[in-house]
Amino acid sequence: MTASSPSRNWTTALRERLSRTVPPGQALPDRQPAYVNSWIYVFGAATMAALVVVLISGGWLAIEGYTWWHTSSIGHFVNSLHLWSVEIFFATMVIHLWGKFFMASWRGKRGLTWVTGALAFFGSLGTAFTGYLSQTNFDSQWISTQAKDGLNAAGIGAYFSVTNTSQMLLWHVTLLPAIVGVIVVLHIVLVRRHGVVPPIDAEGMQLSSPDLEPTGAGRHELTTKDFARETASSPSGGEQP
Amino acid sequence: MTTLASTHFVHWGVVQISLGNLLVIGLMIVLFALAVLLPFPGRHDRGER
Repeated sequence: MTASSPSRNWTTALRERLSRTVPPGQALPDRQPAYVNSWIYVFGAATMAALVVVLISGGWLAIEGYTWWHTSSIGHFVNSLHLWSVEIFFATMVIHLWGKFFMASWRGKRGLTWVTGALAFFGSLGTAFTGYLSQTNFDSQWISTQAKDGLNAAGIGAYFSVTNTSQMLLWHVTLLPAIVGVIVVLHIVLVRRHGVVPPIDAEGMQLSSPDLEPTGAGRHELTTKDFARETASSPSGGEQP
Repeated sequence: MTTLASTHFVHWGVVQISLGNLLVIGLMIVLFALAVLLPFPGRHDRGER
């Protein structure tokens, strides 16, 4: 290999693959299409913010251990922080899901984005369930004994036991967060790759605008100025979506 | 500690749900409606240009 020939090792291949997946400038954009100026587009980011608090408070609980979160005042506080950040995580995630469902967000080759979002939701359900089992109190005992009957009836009780506290705790703090983490990262990469889904009645405007700025991968997005011009010249009266 | 006995439940036919869960679901629906209806701060509507 000479110094002048391009290197074809695995780092080059990976770098080129990454730049094809999310073209430069799209990973962390500083501008968004005009239609993102709506509260309904806030809930995806709110879910991510709640997830960060879930991970930090959960990591803190894991470091200190269950005697700490049952007996000390700071332990009670961090335990509650973990619970309520999970509550906000699920509430914002479900509102995000409602918003995306009613705007048919799988349009424009975004099917895999929708699927990874659904998988993240179901993975989060499993993580939350094992979290209930890891409380180490009467509540977790009650939930585990109720759940085992349903899971045994479904025929999957032979592979794991929800009454096995250490198994469920390890699933909760390592296995399931790792799976959810990978799916969430894939989901965000796909959102950045394909862009935020436009409202249904804004799609035609995207295609008809003659002088939009390219934002990578041959994709065009409306800026605030473009969108205002389009709505002003729209034959339907230019109502904002 | 909250026990099952101290939890209020709402009964409606075959549906039975704790008051806390019902309130959370109601709040989520209200938040969704507000997110759709309320204008986003700094949004440039046609009349403001």
